[in-house]
Amino acid sequence: MSLRKFRQADWEEPLIFELGSEERVGFSVPSLEPELRDTVDDIVELVPNGMLRTRPPMLPEVSEIEVLRHFIHLSQMNYGVSSGLFYPLGSCTMKYSPVINEVLAGHPRLTGAHPDQDVSSVQGVLEFMHELKKGYLEVMGMDDASLQPAAGAHGEYLGILITRAYHADRGELDSRREIIIPDAAHGTNPASAMMAGFKTVEIPSDEDGGVDLAALKSIVGPQTAGLMLTNPNTLGIFDSNVAEIAEIVHGVGGLMYYDGANLNAIMGKCRPGDMGFDVVHVNLHKTFSTPHGGGGPGSGPVGVKAFLADYLPVPDVVEMEGVYSLSWDRPKTIGKIHGYHGNVGPMLRAFAYMLTLGGEGLKEASEISVLNSNYIASKLKDVRGYTLPFAEGKPRMHEAVLSALKMEEETGVRALNVSKKLLDYGLHAPTTYFPLIVPEALMIEPTETEPLEALDMFIEAMKEISDLAYTNPEEVLGAPHDTTLSKLDEARAAHPKTICLSWRTYCQLYR
Amino acid sequence: MSKPHPYLPNSVPEIKDRMMDEIGIQSIDDLYSDIPEALRFHGDLDIPGPLTESEVREQVSGILDKNWSFRSPPFLGGGVWPHYVPAVVDEIVHRAEFLTSYTPYQPEITQGMLQSIFEYQSLVCELVGMEVANSSMYDWATALGEAARMASRLTRKSQIAVPSLISPSRLAVLESYTEPVGMSIVQIDYDKTTGQLELEDLKEKIGTETAAVYIENPSYLGFLEEGAEAIADVAHDAKALFIVGVDPISLGLIKPPGEYEADIVIGEGQPLGNHMNYGGPLLGIIACKSDPRTIRQMPGRLIGVTQTQEGSRRAFTMTLQTREQHIRREKATSNICSNQALNAVAGAVYLSLLGPQGIRELSELVASRARYAMRRIGELPGVKAPLFNSFHFKEFTVQFREKTVSEVHLDLFDRRLHGGKPLVDKFPDLGESALYCVTERHTKRDIDRLVSALGEVLEG
Repeated sequence: MSLRKFRQADWEEPLIFELGSEERVGFSVPSLEPELRDTVDDIVELVPNGMLRTRPPMLPEVSEIEVLRHFIHLSQMNYGVSSGLFYPLGSCTMKYSPVINEVLAGHPRLTGAHPDQDVSSVQGVLEFMHELKKGYLEVMGMDDASLQPAAGAHGEYLGILITRAYHADRGELDSRREIIIPDAAHGTNPASAMMAGFKTVEIPSDEDGGVDLAALKSIVGPQTAGLMLTNPNTLGIFDSNVAEIAEIVHGVGGLMYYDGANLNAIMGKCRPGDMGFDVVHVNLHKTFSTPHGGGGPGSGPVGVKAFLADYLPVPDVVEMEGVYSLSWDRPKTIGKIHGYHGNVGPMLRAFAYMLTLGGEGLKEASEISVLNSNYIASKLKDVRGYTLPFAEGKPRMHEAVLSALKMEEETGVRALNVSKKLLDYGLHAPTTYFPLIVPEALMIEPTETEPLEALDMFIEAMKEISDLAYTNPEEVLGAPHDTTLSKLDEARAAHPKTICLSWRTYCQLYR
Repeated sequence: MSKPHPYLPNSVPEIKDRMMDEIGIQSIDDLYSDIPEALRFHGDLDIPGPLTESEVREQVSGILDKNWSFRSPPFLGGGVWPHYVPAVVDEIVHRAEFLTSYTPYQPEITQGMLQSIFEYQSLVCELVGMEVANSSMYDWATALGEAARMASRLTRKSQIAVPSLISPSRLAVLESYTEPVGMSIVQIDYDKTTGQLELEDLKEKIGTETAAVYIENPSYLGFLEEGAEAIADVAHDAKALFIVGVDPISLGLIKPPGEYEADIVIGEGQPLGNHMNYGGPLLGIIACKSDPRTIRQMPGRLIGVTQTQEGSRRAFTMTLQTREQHIRREKATSNICSNQALNAVAGAVYLSLLGPQGIRELSELVASRARYAMRRIGELPGVKAPLFNSFHFKEFTVQFREKTVSEVHLDLFDRRLHGGKPLVDKFPDLGESALYCVTERHTKRDIDRLVSALGEVLEG
């Protein structure tokens, strides 16, 4: 597999504010009908004293073609799964987002539906939300769910609010103040627990990367509200002790929260509900292929066991004899965490994805995601400079975390440099420096939608970078060279004297 | 599966075998050996499929076809609005390079997304009159929740004052975001004739524990809070922050909160080039003044300007990440990670297309059409529109004296029209009222059609 010579587009694109010319417009606003103008008085005159905008906003004045070209140029200076070669960003599950799902999501009777429409007029939306939830419950092994969370972290927050409501209902909230979180957890876990007013207690990983049972036993107690766990964990290792962990946490009256960021490894192989989890979330933008959109929108539905269903947010989509409606009948509900029903557009895509794979295909997708990551791990773990720490000899799940510590010690080339050099081959970098428990971490998640050729290309690039590190480290340390821009001065962006977060500030600093 | 799936290039049996050979395993199940037998799921998940592309197209379109299409866009607002989305916006957000990328953790290869979001932040700042905007929150409601918590961290106080006529769903989300950290919410009365916030009641109810005073402008029921400046003074006298929630479309005509002493501006960016999509994805706006201490408390991602290390080129990157969960974990300002980036890109394209003239014209057009609708509906027998004697932007209350809202609602359905949102449940004091909304997509013909339909309904 030969590596490609890649050069990313660079248009030296000005800021939109630096384009255009006075009085140019990119869109024509309809005029007020003349008859109407006669009926209503001049609206500007009617605005109450002092509330009229007197200075127009300093927006750019650009024509349609200038706007179109500007943003197309910018898009070409960006890297996506569908436009790139390989996007192994660990924990983010950058799988292919099927084009048909975009087409379906553009259906005008979906895009044009207002969330406050009478339910009789949105039966189609309610039907697919209901069916998506059903499929979700089947994959997760849970009893009920809410589609309201707009992202994974939003789902975590809801999950912890439900945990909180459960303990409050039992009169134990005052004493149950702690959420236990493994040191390998996603940063959102402790942040979500904090937002819901809990204290977090970190638990170390054992030598296999799992939860240290002895340590767990020593910290649980009547103060434990719950434990948040992702399984497989962020090392890509399945924690075989999960049933024991659940027993320990349940034994002291705590709840088990499942961070579904890593669900992609196990669909149809095992289910969080069967592992002892009480509350779960899944990222539809990961496992269910909805596009990541440069950072969002995502969707993070939350599932619960039956004993927690009363706490789910309102409203809920319900079906009776083929007619769908919204039910607000949850007397113990935590309320709402989104202004409306969550990110419905992504839900439609996830629904279509589910149908295109079916139960059988979802399992196949998980299996191949695991096959792909083990293929990469087996080919790279013995390459000079890289190691595969934790659980030696054990298989990985959908992702594998390499360490470049040896390389750093022997050549000065760090994980960050490896990542930057990968960009020069037209490949996206893995997640770097996460999980925190692996020094010089490179977290690689190929997903099931990559052909063998892409995996081989990545392996080849990683080997070549290793060779370079030991022969000509400067070439790695100086990377990237072939991306739109070379290495950035990130400190300058955050420095009090040079920080600039908007055009307004830019004008003050530079113009 | 019986044959290779188009989304799974390595589902070809020969490829799988070759890969298993390389790894040194007999079957893929060998890789799942860590899952204890008792936890395994046997058999197939009960999910229909696999469907081919043509099958899924037919099935899913068939389901969506069950949604009604009305003769006019629904006369609904309140936080999501039927505005027009220019074709260029849809073209850009469908670019695979944007659509299928993720958070720009590698800035050298994602300058396009970074610059787009920086432009979004900048355009929002111009519109609302602030210096700093973040790269997006989930929606207006969660932006309110985060803004309240931000105010509490900044002031070390724990009460937030909100209008009684606040959007009920935003209030519900505010509760979910504030109650767990011990914050309390106090609701301020309104003048029964004008709907305006009662300044005296505000003064009475806030005190040394007040972290912030929040108003919506235009209010949830569509009228302008004319005393915004006085409200700001009262808030600041109590050493509380002043938070203002906006409909960005109004800001072509209405003074931006940055010019009446708002400390934090939030709002719903959906009308900036985003379709309604049954209420999501939306675009939560949050902006503040350029004060270092305030910026440190901002939730979510911020894109800033920098340069290449050798100094020759301007560049964009995520910055002040030490506020965020992936660095600060439980000490982060928020847990938000995935946000609404693509909706923010839509917002940037939209505001670039409209420009200062376009946003002004749109704002005036919408307000004029709404005024026309109010006047015509208000002339109908047994109807009061609007309920409050104040300046309204694009939403307004319609009160029915001789029929219930739900009767009117259903009769409009028969005429393939969707009326305003019934307010009876959440605002019983307002009688049989509904919240109507008019945008630029409602032409004179649409409004006249609504008025004559309402006329028939009320006579019948």
